[in-house]
Amino acid sequence: MRALALSLALLAAPAWAQAPRSGLDYQGEDIRRLQADDFANPAMLWVERGAAAWKRKQGAANTSCADCHGAAEQSMRGVAARLPGWDKRLGRVSTLDTRINACIVREQRAPEPPPEADDAIGLQAYVALQSRGMPLQVEVDGVAQPLFERGRDLYNQRIGQMNLACTHCHDQQAGKLLLVEKISQGQPTAWPAYRMEWQAAGSLERRLRACFLGVRAEMPAYRSEDLVALQLFLAQRAQGLALEAPGVRR
Amino acid sequence: MKRRHFLQLGGVGISAAALPLRAQQLMPMQDLQPLIRSVAGDVPPKPGRVHIGLPQLAENGNSVPLELTVDSPMTEADHVRSLHVFGERNPRPLIASFHLGPHAGRAKVTTRIRLAGSQRVVAIAVLSDGSAWSDETEVIVTSAACLDEMSI
Amino acid sequence: MSDTVTLGRLRVPPRAQRGEVIEVRLLLQHPMENGFRRDTLGRSVPRNIIHRLVARYDGREVLRAELGTGMAANPYFAFFTRATASGEVVIEWEDDLGVKGRLTAPIEVS
Repeated sequence: MRALALSLALLAAPAWAQAPRSGLDYQGEDIRRLQADDFANPAMLWVERGAAAWKRKQGAANTSCADCHGAAEQSMRGVAARLPGWDKRLGRVSTLDTRINACIVREQRAPEPPPEADDAIGLQAYVALQSRGMPLQVEVDGVAQPLFERGRDLYNQRIGQMNLACTHCHDQQAGKLLLVEKISQGQPTAWPAYRMEWQAAGSLERRLRACFLGVRAEMPAYRSEDLVALQLFLAQRAQGLALEAPGVRR
Repeated sequence: MKRRHFLQLGGVGISAAALPLRAQQLMPMQDLQPLIRSVAGDVPPKPGRVHIGLPQLAENGNSVPLELTVDSPMTEADHVRSLHVFGERNPRPLIASFHLGPHAGRAKVTTRIRLAGSQRVVAIAVLSDGSAWSDETEVIVTSAACLDEMSI
Repeated sequence: MSDTVTLGRLRVPPRAQRGEVIEVRLLLQHPMENGFRRDTLGRSVPRNIIHRLVARYDGREVLRAELGTGMAANPYFAFFTRATASGEVVIEWEDDLGVKGRLTAPIEVS
């Protein structure tokens, strides 16, 4: 715990540290308006997919999410705001994606959905929507601490041909222009989100992998420990920001 | 890290790499006249009555909000028959045709379009009396600052 | 990463006064594949566009659209009609693979 407090203090110290701001603040008017419009926000198409998947019986157990969890509006409220988090049954930190998949495999006895499958993104978006507006509140001490530290180290480690760490753009240069794009703080509150560049909704893992490619580094595999660690660190870094999934981004 | 150092390492590197992929891949400008003739007939459309609503600057060419409106009472006697929108640098310049009629109630259609780079966009409205009207606007489509999986 | 199963949302006001101009909003899940892209193995991805879309209400055509590769993925439309009688707004479309879709929404006119 002392080590954590010390490392947090070290991170908080630099002059470039800014108050956390949602990535939405760095988007243009059209995207902000689209995200605010629950009908036209294309990510809502994935939410509808997720709502249908929630009720669909599947797997050898022929059971649905709703059979155990009832109405997601009640049972899933606040869940996404606390993830990534330590999963006692799995004995590791899980994301919203891996938490849902563990349930699919264990309870429905169905195969694990591939990363970024429409129904998987749909379920994540549907569950995340139930926590919209709630502040992110993840636990990073105790059993989760080693992974948190790994995520923090990754965030600050130079990688790729461009030899850049996340922090170089998203802390030190946040708010400045790169070509005509405002560099955001890299806050994770909108995900899963619809991204214009993809013309589809996708997960934070897909967005992070794009960042690795952006600095010409090797992309970590989906659901790899590195990506989970980064997501845990990012969630802690965004502590207090409201979840806004499903968002829209350029 | 010094700002200059960052620019050398990051900014210049990223922008130089991103530009050739996207910004410089402008499609050749296409002659819209034959396409416009095919929807409006041989009399050239007059400027006016139709209005294109598009942002001057689009953040991503994959999805640009478009609003077409026509000054028309939309009655049986006087209404918009069709609305057409063209992008002169899109690989297929005719983006969409909307056939309306007196039951449309209001001459306004909103949608989202793709623009393959900065270009002139033209809208043509054909009215029930056979007259054709036009509007045009320039849209600047910006390139993504960072290379993404979709751009390789 | 969308598959081609089309899912959509249609919204019209559930109730309206006769003669009132009402807005119809439509959002479809469709990749609107323009045929110019290549996949990660360099193979050309075939064109698949919702090329035709028709909106009908009270037995009449309200809007008919012919759409091309310049339409955004997951296309969005908003347009208008005049409330005439209680009934259904019916939207029908077809893509290049021949997949047809249909959405309806009831409206009560007083």
